[in-house]
Amino acid sequence: MKVLVPVKRVIDYNVKVRVKADGTGVDLANVKMSMNPFDEIAVEQAIRMKEAGTVEEIVAVSIGVKQAQETLRTALAMGADRAILVVASEDVNTDIEPLAVAKILKAVVDEEAPGLVICGKQAIDNDMNATGQMLSALLGWSQATFASEVAVEGDSAIVTREVDGGLQTIKVKMPAIISVDLRLNEPRYASLPNIMKAKKKPMDEKTPADYGVDVTPRLEILSTVEPATRAAGVMVGSVEELVTKLKDEAGVI
Amino acid sequence: MAVLLFAEVTNGELAWDATSKAMTAAKMMGDVTVLCAGAQASAAAAEAAKLEGATKVLCAEDASLGHRLAEPTAALIVSLAGDYSHIVAPATTDAKNVLPRVAALLDAMVITDVSGVVDADTFERPIYAGNAIQTVKSKDAVKVVSIRTSTFDAAADTGSAPVETISAADNPALSEWVEDKVQETDRPELTSAKIVVSGGRGVGSEENFELIESLADKLGAAVGASRAAVDSGYAPNDWQVGQTGKVVAPDLYVAIGISGAIQHLAGMKDSKVIVAINKDEEAPIFQVADYGLVGDLFDAVPKLKEALG
Repeated sequence: MKVLVPVKRVIDYNVKVRVKADGTGVDLANVKMSMNPFDEIAVEQAIRMKEAGTVEEIVAVSIGVKQAQETLRTALAMGADRAILVVASEDVNTDIEPLAVAKILKAVVDEEAPGLVICGKQAIDNDMNATGQMLSALLGWSQATFASEVAVEGDSAIVTREVDGGLQTIKVKMPAIISVDLRLNEPRYASLPNIMKAKKKPMDEKTPADYGVDVTPRLEILSTVEPATRAAGVMVGSVEELVTKLKDEAGVI
Repeated sequence: MAVLLFAEVTNGELAWDATSKAMTAAKMMGDVTVLCAGAQASAAAAEAAKLEGATKVLCAEDASLGHRLAEPTAALIVSLAGDYSHIVAPATTDAKNVLPRVAALLDAMVITDVSGVVDADTFERPIYAGNAIQTVKSKDAVKVVSIRTSTFDAAADTGSAPVETISAADNPALSEWVEDKVQETDRPELTSAKIVVSGGRGVGSEENFELIESLADKLGAAVGASRAAVDSGYAPNDWQVGQTGKVVAPDLYVAIGISGAIQHLAGMKDSKVIVAINKDEEAPIFQVADYGLVGDLFDAVPKLKEALG
């Protein structure tokens, strides 16, 4: 079975985000960028399935600016076999909306015919949590979102999902989309020899036009602002003082 | 403008808190019809009829809708969509699963986790773990919107809308439910509790987490956890508060042994009063806390329980 893993280049998890003074967005110039952490978990899942013998080939796909090739090289260094880069924007500040991403991925899936698409449940930049579900809809496939456990049995995947009340296990017919949550696995670091080897792995470059997809955004961004900040609080010296303040000053207990 | 509000129905019961808060947001977009779907949904529909602002309640009962599987649920909503300009739901894991599927089937870009309604086309939503608030205007013919319930007040229960029974759409039969693992608890629900007591990595073990739980029980509070505590197996996944877990805004949030990573703050910084107990005085949690106490939690929490009587 072939597995497709979409990966996104986002601002690094540890970077303190700064909103641009003109309100047009977040400052992404000269900021450390990395693979979306949920996508790393998706890549790791695909590699583990390959190591277990259920998967033969892992294809990583990224849609965004040209620099996303670095993100794809990371996926290749972790263990993906080849990569497809879809250059959909020249501008690092342009975020391609999940609907357009899903349309491009659908076209890639039509060409590649994978048995599974494994993706991160959300990107930590736009926090949209939508691409996997949208791709599943466009393909008419089953979906198993927020996965914390995945097992393949015949032509089905048994997936345990992290939901509001706890955990839900469902069985989905393959081909299927699985979006992964934090607890599925702990992604590996790429070793230096594998980073070197990844440079020689194949990477195709495409554009949305190659797939006949219009990436014009449906949402017009009117403004991006800093959230309201909380006023500084006080430090208390003892548990007794804390209880007194909660009772008399804050009135919450 | 006509709005279809997809109510949160779990095992036949209406989740009043989530649905009534989403109702407050939905009312700002137009006249609201509420959809209750499930294997059993008539009791939920009768409850939903009381939502102030509901003009009508649609009740779809069918075995295929029983476990809120994405494919049959999305098919049902899409079959109704022609009559509406907006499709709205509270941003629960169920709605997060279903709504983007609905939006793609309607060729619309979903707008998730909306924290403010500017007008019927324009919405505010947090991005980058709440480090920025973006205002977006949708150009789509139908707007598909999930609502971050912690930022809206609940609608009143004084309504009396008529209930209409409808049938389910064809089930694509792509997935089936196997089992739920749900912990039964007498504690209040995390997202609607007035008080939340949360523990982090500093708690140190699953056994020690009982200390957090016992303080919560003393206060009649819900129990929360940081990602670190959940990843370490101290607490179950559905207790996680943060960017990718639950978003809470109680009257009182007590963070114990939680350093306060950005991703955790994203889920609790709208709480009215925040208390932090941490032995590291440099912990970032103190920057958002109204009351901070530097100290060993194993000393402070038992004392706190005692002081509460």
